[in-house]
Amino acid sequence: MRVAVIGVGCTEFGELWEKSFRSIFLEAGIEALMDCGIEGKEIGAIYVGNMSGGKFIDQEHIAALIADHAGLAEFGIPAVRVENADASGGSAFRQAFMAVASGMHDIVIAAGVEKVTDSVDPMGVLSTSVDQEWERFVGANLPALYAIIARRHMHEFGTTEEDLARVAVKNHKNAVHNPKAQFRREIRVEDVLSSEVVADPLRVLDCAPLSDGASAVILANEEIARKLCDTPVFVEACTQASDYLALQCRKDLLTMKAVVKASKEAYRIAKLEPKQIDVAEVHDSFTIAEILAYEDLGFAKKGEGAKLIREGETEIGGKIPVNPSGGLKACGHAVGATGIRQIVELVLQLRGEAGKRQVDAEKALALNVGGTGATAVVTILSR
Amino acid sequence: MVPRFWRKIKYRYDVVGSYCEKCGSYYYPKRELCPRCRRKGRLRDEKFPDEGTILSYTVVNGRIIAMIELNNGARTLAEVCAEKAEIGMRVRKAFRRYGEDGDAGIIYYGTKFVPIC
Repeated sequence: MRVAVIGVGCTEFGELWEKSFRSIFLEAGIEALMDCGIEGKEIGAIYVGNMSGGKFIDQEHIAALIADHAGLAEFGIPAVRVENADASGGSAFRQAFMAVASGMHDIVIAAGVEKVTDSVDPMGVLSTSVDQEWERFVGANLPALYAIIARRHMHEFGTTEEDLARVAVKNHKNAVHNPKAQFRREIRVEDVLSSEVVADPLRVLDCAPLSDGASAVILANEEIARKLCDTPVFVEACTQASDYLALQCRKDLLTMKAVVKASKEAYRIAKLEPKQIDVAEVHDSFTIAEILAYEDLGFAKKGEGAKLIREGETEIGGKIPVNPSGGLKACGHAVGATGIRQIVELVLQLRGEAGKRQVDAEKALALNVGGTGATAVVTILSR
Repeated sequence: MVPRFWRKIKYRYDVVGSYCEKCGSYYYPKRELCPRCRRKGRLRDEKFPDEGTILSYTVVNGRIIAMIELNNGARTLAEVCAEKAEIGMRVRKAFRRYGEDGDAGIIYYGTKFVPIC
């Protein structure tokens, strides 16, 4: 059964100290319901991407909490939380997609929410996505592992710190026109290169920020989508793959095999080639991750990712605009909300509602990655 | 207090990994199942070489953390005790302290690497 996204909602991403966990997911959810004009009780199931409510805000049983506060417990609508580190949102979307595609439900909601900045050690919580016994134990956190990948990429392919910086510069430039973005200001390559070192060679401005935020999308089968919505955006494929959790177990440090596998499968199902994608939202949790994404998604050959950013091909107006929202780097990275936030951006792009950051697009791709790449979710959308 | 990391992982103290007699692959850390041969695999413990080469590294919180390729091709992530590191540097394993649970807590030991001079 064909599945479409008919409603989208998203809070501003950032340090939302004046808002609670409960208020942000409601804000995103209500925006999504309003967007497609449904009440809520039509919903068959709720899937919520959330990495670590327990560690961030001491709250588990998130899905039931959301059903409750959305007033949907009144109707007994089943809700489940999906956890896959920072790919939680993408994975929740995939569960929702499968629920409709299988015919089990007609209308479902896929949401993502994370309240990160209330925690005393947010980077410690984020680093629970890596292997605690063999990576964290020896002192490596998430930035350290990406730094190890970055240095090897620089060594083998001649990628430079300037190339990495250019990714952050582009994404900040795009975020200026995104009202939901955390950093709506431009930065220069020099700013990145003079920012503090986090894990050599990665600096503060190579890293996505810590963000609170929530996002929600409503999915429906084609028949209902066409009745409820003038501009349904169809899910052409939604795939997921796994890789070894610890970096040391992978044969190739510079390829995210899960991204390669999930994207190849998605291209096959959607009957598309990488060059037919008009716009992409990819998982730039660190600048090097966006360069790897170019290569592993097939936008560039292995080792030539940096060339794309150097030549401006991934800017708005380039051959394949990447992260028009500002990406994780500048729109913000509200962990479990990110994968859904990417879908929200692409739906706006495909509807032609992206304002000053609009890309002329018919086919769009989202890549949501967990940790250092042990989980990858790829979604291809079309208008 | 229950330790957060299981101190009885003996493979942490001596670099003992798995070798599959069927396909000839080395795994570190040790595995229960060969990912290539699945049920047909024949895994046994093997003491891995003490020496290896730095494939990549970072400096985080003042420590050098490196991806090291041991002489048999297996890889391990570990701290390198040196002034500075570089890709291609040859290193040898050493038994060292990694951390502790507070001032009065359990001490964690493990394998670090030192440059071969």
